[in-house]
Amino acid sequence: MKTYDVIIIGAGSVGTPLAMFLADSGLDILVLDKKSSPGQGQNKKAIGGIRATHSARSKILIAKKSLEIFSGWEEKTGDDIEWYEGGYSYPVYNEEDEENLKNLLEIQQKFGLNIKWLDKEEYVKKVPMIKKEGLIGSTYSPEDGSASPLRAINSFYLQAEQNGAEFKFEEAVESIYTNKSKVTGVKTDRGEYSCKYVVNAAGAYAKEIGKMVGIEVPVTPDSHEAGITEPVQRLFEPMVVDIRPAEGSKNYYFYQHKTGQIVFCITPNPPIVGTDTNHTSVFLPQVSKRMLNIMPRLKNINIRRTWRGLYPMTPDGYPIVGETKEIKGFYNMAGMCGQGFMLGPGLGYYVSEDITGDISNEDKDILGDLSLYRDFSGSEALK
Amino acid sequence: MSDYRIKKHPILDIEEKEEISFYWKGQEYKAQKDEMITSALFANGIRVFSYHQKDEAPLGIFCANGQCSQCMVVVNGTPVRGCMTPIEEGMRIEPLKGLPELPEDDEPISSQEIEELKYEVLIIGGGPAGLSAAIELGKAGVKTLIVDDKYKLGGKLVLQTHKFFGSVEDSYAGTRGYKIGEKLARQVEKYESIDIWLNTPAIGIYEDKKVGVLKNNSQYVLIEPEILLNSTGAREKSLVFPGNTLPGVYGAGAFQTLVNRDLVKAADKLFIVGGGNVGLIAGYHALQADINVVGLIEAMDEVGGYFVHRDKLKRMGVPIYTRHTIVSANGEDKVESVTVAEIDKDFNIIEDTEKTYECDTILIAVGLDSVNEFHNQALNFNMKSYVAGDAEEIAEASAAMFSGKIRGIEIANELGAIDKKIPVEWQEKMEMLKSPGGEEVEMENPRKREGIYPVFHCSQEIPCNPCISVCPQKGIYIDPDNMMKTPEFIENNYCIGCYRCVAVCPGLAVTLVDYREDNENPIITIAHEYGDDLKAGDTAVLTGKNGKEFGEFEVIDTVTLLHYRNTNLVQFKVPVDIAEDVAGVLVQEDREIIEPLDKYVEEIRDDEIVCRCERVTAGEIRKWIKRGINDINQIKAITRAGMGACGGKTCENIIVRLMRDEGIDQEHIVKDVQRPLFLDTRFKYFAGLKDGDEK
Repeated sequence: MKTYDVIIIGAGSVGTPLAMFLADSGLDILVLDKKSSPGQGQNKKAIGGIRATHSARSKILIAKKSLEIFSGWEEKTGDDIEWYEGGYSYPVYNEEDEENLKNLLEIQQKFGLNIKWLDKEEYVKKVPMIKKEGLIGSTYSPEDGSASPLRAINSFYLQAEQNGAEFKFEEAVESIYTNKSKVTGVKTDRGEYSCKYVVNAAGAYAKEIGKMVGIEVPVTPDSHEAGITEPVQRLFEPMVVDIRPAEGSKNYYFYQHKTGQIVFCITPNPPIVGTDTNHTSVFLPQVSKRMLNIMPRLKNINIRRTWRGLYPMTPDGYPIVGETKEIKGFYNMAGMCGQGFMLGPGLGYYVSEDITGDISNEDKDILGDLSLYRDFSGSEALK
Repeated sequence: MSDYRIKKHPILDIEEKEEISFYWKGQEYKAQKDEMITSALFANGIRVFSYHQKDEAPLGIFCANGQCSQCMVVVNGTPVRGCMTPIEEGMRIEPLKGLPELPEDDEPISSQEIEELKYEVLIIGGGPAGLSAAIELGKAGVKTLIVDDKYKLGGKLVLQTHKFFGSVEDSYAGTRGYKIGEKLARQVEKYESIDIWLNTPAIGIYEDKKVGVLKNNSQYVLIEPEILLNSTGAREKSLVFPGNTLPGVYGAGAFQTLVNRDLVKAADKLFIVGGGNVGLIAGYHALQADINVVGLIEAMDEVGGYFVHRDKLKRMGVPIYTRHTIVSANGEDKVESVTVAEIDKDFNIIEDTEKTYECDTILIAVGLDSVNEFHNQALNFNMKSYVAGDAEEIAEASAAMFSGKIRGIEIANELGAIDKKIPVEWQEKMEMLKSPGGEEVEMENPRKREGIYPVFHCSQEIPCNPCISVCPQKGIYIDPDNMMKTPEFIENNYCIGCYRCVAVCPGLAVTLVDYREDNENPIITIAHEYGDDLKAGDTAVLTGKNGKEFGEFEVIDTVTLLHYRNTNLVQFKVPVDIAEDVAGVLVQEDREIIEPLDKYVEEIRDDEIVCRCERVTAGEIRKWIKRGINDINQIKAITRAGMGACGGKTCENIIVRLMRDEGIDQEHIVKDVQRPLFLDTRFKYFAGLKDGDEK
């Protein structure tokens, strides 16, 4: 039986960068995925937005690390992952939203995030075609940005392979072997492997993997639909997040990709729970109404493709990261709540430190906030 | 200003159309009202429409069928598909260079609700299969909606000027394709239970069992049918070779659309790649439009299409090169010549056999792929979905009509509107109509050399029988159990010399030989439907079945029959020893003999474009396949091949082939995931806006 140090289940947004970092540290890594190539689960459903402007310490610091990796990637490796530093913005049209955002802004600034408030006039300069009627102003974080999930994951994958990680595709995990509450190996539909660590990076299917060792991982997927247009000349820089609820939806957000396409996504309300990713007839009319409300100029742009992806949700909206107490060597990196792409590289960096034991107390603390054994009663402001 | 309109056509009527003006790059040009932008540009000699944003490569048309998105132009500030957008008075059209810029229009918009309608049956595609099904549904009173993305019913029948094969009773054999289209459309239009929406592409099928269509290209409507029938036809395969995206290289269907539907002389000198029926018929259509056919190449030992089509081309003087492949299309920003070469039995180019021919257009007719994504999607969502015609299996239109008819009856049965058994023998007939044609056969003609009788120049067993149906004497025999058999004249039967068998034959492969007046110099009658009509006193070079020339003869008379007014029956007096061998008239007799030009220089296969939309080369893709990638989704993710406007419709099969070339088994190749939309569609339509609403 072939022996590895770490077996990662899932070659997605989370598992792939982790493999890259772990292999770089010299460990023997195997990544297993039931699909045919990297990122065929939810990675390719991600719209590509990357921001550090969250509201809690752990996510802010992890995402900052991600931003550092994404933004420096092309220079480091020569691979164009279509990183574009366009920033994020949350325009507001009512005083309540203004107040909430301004309060949050103070917390974000305390963590050293570059985020500021733009009044109407300043914001219109950034996004000239935004709906002006009723516009009060917007937050603006210029160092956030976007990249291509498809290109990024393939580049991470190639780098991981170069670092020595092994990937096996079209291979599904059937069970995880343990001995005396310690992980000893993995059985798949094609073979058996022994290892010291198993990382559960199975995204929307993390709960099923947890069950294999009797661990309840509270991850429940729901779905969001998204779409992309044809490419056009640069219209505006930042991601635009419209937080005003509308019939059937909460947030609506979109940005212009480096290569000119507008990519857009909506948060359904109530959430559509389950793993169904088939497209419905509801999405396009719903999304178009909101899009043309906030940016009428886009009426003549062609929508090219739409899709529906899963958000592996946890009860409080924060990921679940860390080794379990019950089973030694079983390590969760799950419940990214739709942010696996933007958190993946930063998280991979910290988890790699954690698994190799080469981690500072400060970094250990970041991961501690995401423990499976936390009280899940909180919730994140402005997810 | 060049005028590339067809002014005279042996088959098609040239109607006077209202003339309008439009602007191309600021200069005024004339167009015909309602024609598509691409046709208007071609008619004015404009073949380069845009420049690709990635490498500024010149772009023209490829499919002219709304599938490939090569023909984007900017109209009044927004990019549109030229082949699907009607031209309007005063329209300002610009080439698309780089990324388009959206017009600065920030007027607020008030969204509208999307209209939703229920039908018992939704038929996507009003071609031969869809219309034949609709007739059965109409008879049964089933509430049906037909949507078609073109402005006219009939599908590709609209483009077919030749008489059809098949059987008279099931598929209008002997009638010209476009006439069949008109007949079917007229029948469908009379049923009250059937609604027809033209200019209406289907753009998405959804899990909630609704189909999104863009009614009249200007209003998004959701249709909820009980049963969906996909008669969506086929799209042309693309081919990879150096220069394959040069303007002037395009699909045979695009050519037929320009020439036969829009009456635009789309080429002066044409070269055809592919000897299936599509390629052969395109050659015939070119000659009818007075376009020189420089040659036709076929990779196999023999053409794949019906030999009667091949024989027609040979008789008219078109050189057909079998065991040849295209090496490259050559030219700066449009096709100026083509290089071809002989291939060995492993399809490798034989050195030093390259030849280059001058031409301005290269037609790609290397086969068709079913348009079946609607059907597959519907099945995924557990919709009741049927498929008919080319969308199910590529075959002749006669087979499409018959399969449509069967599907129509099946659907009406399923809905409980009728209770009709489908005869068992229909299935056999269906198979026969789909049959590609058998081996070459040598006809045994009577050679009695007295009296009057027809001579058959068929060269292959194909499903075809119009000649037996039209003979008033019932003097022609084809095995009634096997339509594939070739016809024979029944010995001792009395031919009355009515010419009908000559006029009806789709292959123009029947001649009538009359020895009654002069035993030594009988009068022969040949069907002729090309170029200038021959009349008494003219001379013409007569040819045999395979193009052998018999010399020049004078036309002694011509006859036209009431039902076959576009088929000129031309009579010659010829010596008895060749009378039964003469099969046709040379048409390209004054063609320029275009000598092969210089030899082709060097082949850079990795430079060939596989994905036209994103301009991804074979080399870029092959590099990743060599690394072991067997998932087309991953190839897409890395290279963007298949991510463009057409959604992989043109390149996916080529990527599969590249993978197979690198030794990956077909079963290990992971196909890409198909997603809506099937067609790029503007935001405003999904917000319930109709065209004109904003004004």
